[in-house]
Amino acid sequence: MGSTVFKGGVHPDYHKDLTAELAVSLMKAPSTVVIPLQQHIGAPCEPIEGIEEGARVKMGQKIADSSGFVSAPIHASVSGTVKKIGQYNHPLGRPVTAITIESDGLDEWDESVKAAGDVESLSAEDLRKIIREAGIVGLGGATFPAHVKLSPPPEKKIDYVIINGAECEPYLTADHRVMLEKPGDIVYGLKVMIKALGAEKGVIGIEDNKPDAIKALEEAVADEENITVAKLHTKYPQGAEKMLIQVTTGRKVPSGGLPLEVGVVNHNVGTAVAITQAIREGKPLIERVVTVTGAGVNQPANLLVRVGTLVSEVLEACGGLREETRKLIAGGPMMGLAQPSADIPVIKGTSGILALTDLDVSITESSPCIRCAKCVDSCPVQLLPTSIAQAAEHGLFKQAEKLHAMDCFECGCCSYVCPSKIPLTQWIRIAKAEIAKAKNK
Amino acid sequence: MENKFVVSSSPHIRHSDSVQSVMTDVLIALFPVAVMAVLLFGYKALITMIISVVTAMIVEAVWLRKGNIFGDGSAAVTGLLFAMVLPPSPPWWLVVAGAASAIIIGKQVFGGIGYNIFNPALVGRAIVVVSWGGHMAGRIWSQPDPFNFMADISAVTTASPLAGQEEALAVSLTQLFIGNVAGCIGETSALALLLGGIWLYYKGHIDWRIPVGFIGVVFLMGAIFGGGFYSGHFLTGLFHVLAGGVILGALFMATDMVTTPVTPAGKLIFGIGCGLITMLIRFWGTLPEGVTFAILIMNAVTPIIDRFTVPQQFGGVKKSA
Repeated sequence: MGSTVFKGGVHPDYHKDLTAELAVSLMKAPSTVVIPLQQHIGAPCEPIEGIEEGARVKMGQKIADSSGFVSAPIHASVSGTVKKIGQYNHPLGRPVTAITIESDGLDEWDESVKAAGDVESLSAEDLRKIIREAGIVGLGGATFPAHVKLSPPPEKKIDYVIINGAECEPYLTADHRVMLEKPGDIVYGLKVMIKALGAEKGVIGIEDNKPDAIKALEEAVADEENITVAKLHTKYPQGAEKMLIQVTTGRKVPSGGLPLEVGVVNHNVGTAVAITQAIREGKPLIERVVTVTGAGVNQPANLLVRVGTLVSEVLEACGGLREETRKLIAGGPMMGLAQPSADIPVIKGTSGILALTDLDVSITESSPCIRCAKCVDSCPVQLLPTSIAQAAEHGLFKQAEKLHAMDCFECGCCSYVCPSKIPLTQWIRIAKAEIAKAKNK
Repeated sequence: MENKFVVSSSPHIRHSDSVQSVMTDVLIALFPVAVMAVLLFGYKALITMIISVVTAMIVEAVWLRKGNIFGDGSAAVTGLLFAMVLPPSPPWWLVVAGAASAIIIGKQVFGGIGYNIFNPALVGRAIVVVSWGGHMAGRIWSQPDPFNFMADISAVTTASPLAGQEEALAVSLTQLFIGNVAGCIGETSALALLLGGIWLYYKGHIDWRIPVGFIGVVFLMGAIFGGGFYSGHFLTGLFHVLAGGVILGALFMATDMVTTPVTPAGKLIFGIGCGLITMLIRFWGTLPEGVTFAILIMNAVTPIIDRFTVPQQFGGVKKSA
């Protein structure tokens, strides 16, 4: 099955023990939710007809959609009244249009929420349609609309569906808990994907630092002929799709290409569960598991949170923040986004809320590169981060492009290992942005 | 909640390695080498090391106008490495002049740490070899006097094993391995050097490619072209690896981060090049030893090596030229 270890990568302190043992608990629905209309990669949604200030909505009711193919509709996560449609802070940085709903506290489901059938009776086409209508996006954090990945061009034969249970980001345990608590739903979701794609095999990849999850999934697939569990070496970024595909299938996604070019589609474990719920219960994606953790959080937890809940309220549900908190991150510490304030909503892609304290956030000035090549050795896609960063620093973006800057997926390993504390990943991001800008001219 | 937080680009956590911790690890790696030097050559070796390290640190602190004399630790490393490539009891002013040259001409004139092209300690050595050859060659090589701290080692002099080439195979390979032979204070004991090298490898500060390429070529060429009693025998290869400065050079000088390639293939080429030039000088050059100049020459071509050994990126295809 190819090589079982990918080249490069790092071994950060995982800190998963803060929350790994804590079962997912249901967070009480907030009195108000703020639901951004951009929660996925692709075209943003528009409020659908009738959704305006003062309108009454039910839980699970579709409130926004887009005509674009690469897009996913958005649903009300509580029942209540639309208070406001306007700009609101967003975890990705720029404020976007959001629908604010004041809950009536009843959590009254919309009539549209009902099971349509099951994986046996529904056609591939129906499955894709249900998944789209349920607004399911990649819950690992990339938020790529799930139905798009399940609709490859007809000339591309997909044989493998890989479920990503690596959860290689330090601190995060949401996927780990989902694997322990809903292994059957993951397998069901995988079967839906296999059918929707006409694929042959399913593989569930889990890092070997989660032996209990491996065991749970192995038991869940015991009766499945075409589904296996792959035990993965614990190394960041094991959950990056190119690395995951390489170690599970031995195939290398071509530079600049998509997994489907090597006959593979992959989805996160949380996405698999969301798909199961959409098929079996007709339930759209209105809640997700979020790991709230870090030394800055009083009571770390894995919480099932309604989409649109403000992070400030999630933190309050976890006993609030400690005073020493210096940094608030949406996502994990390697690829998550630092937030200026907690006044942002949880969106479909929010896998974690991480509060780091002084101790973790040692901000040191960078010193000159000593050419130690630790960044080179750590790069999972075999780039020369220090050379690309130097080119970027000197404005030589053509040179950065020649050094394959566009192959960087910003895992952060190079910055992590750099003894000179040079923000290599940031320089490469700048190079990528400039290269893309030059291309679009 | 009105908290305002620090916002910066990911990643938000960093490995604990710093330039200072890397340099400290190199000093730790050199510790067994320094201890062995004192065991073999006595207090004079210790004094040479102290003068060299202190000079290097003071010159760097003055040059950078910084109060912290240890700083990032790189000057101490340069000073100690320079001492390692000196005979056991050179005049004090030679040590001072060499260590100061190593820091100023070897490093600071290029812009300081990270910007120098040549290995600073070897620049220092090249300068003293060229300037005061009499103190650096032939007659001054002292026979070690093991476990005699007060040894007046300059009393008994002998030729470096390499000066007599393979006749010196009479010097048993075991003595060469332990380091009980004439030579620079830090180069003779392969045992101590290997301990240090293993530590650096364990800490992830050196890559296997440079030492393996370097030592491998020296061994092969030594076995094939070596003369003397065991000509054409692997023992001659082993002799060429253990005698002289190959192990010190391969583990501590040719692995200097700043002045060697960053690409994996480049590192192997660098190591092979060092071994090749070392043996060319040993067999067909005028000097008995070639490690210093081999590494300095390869330092000079490092940017070119890096340029032509950019690795194939993940999933990339070779461009046909």
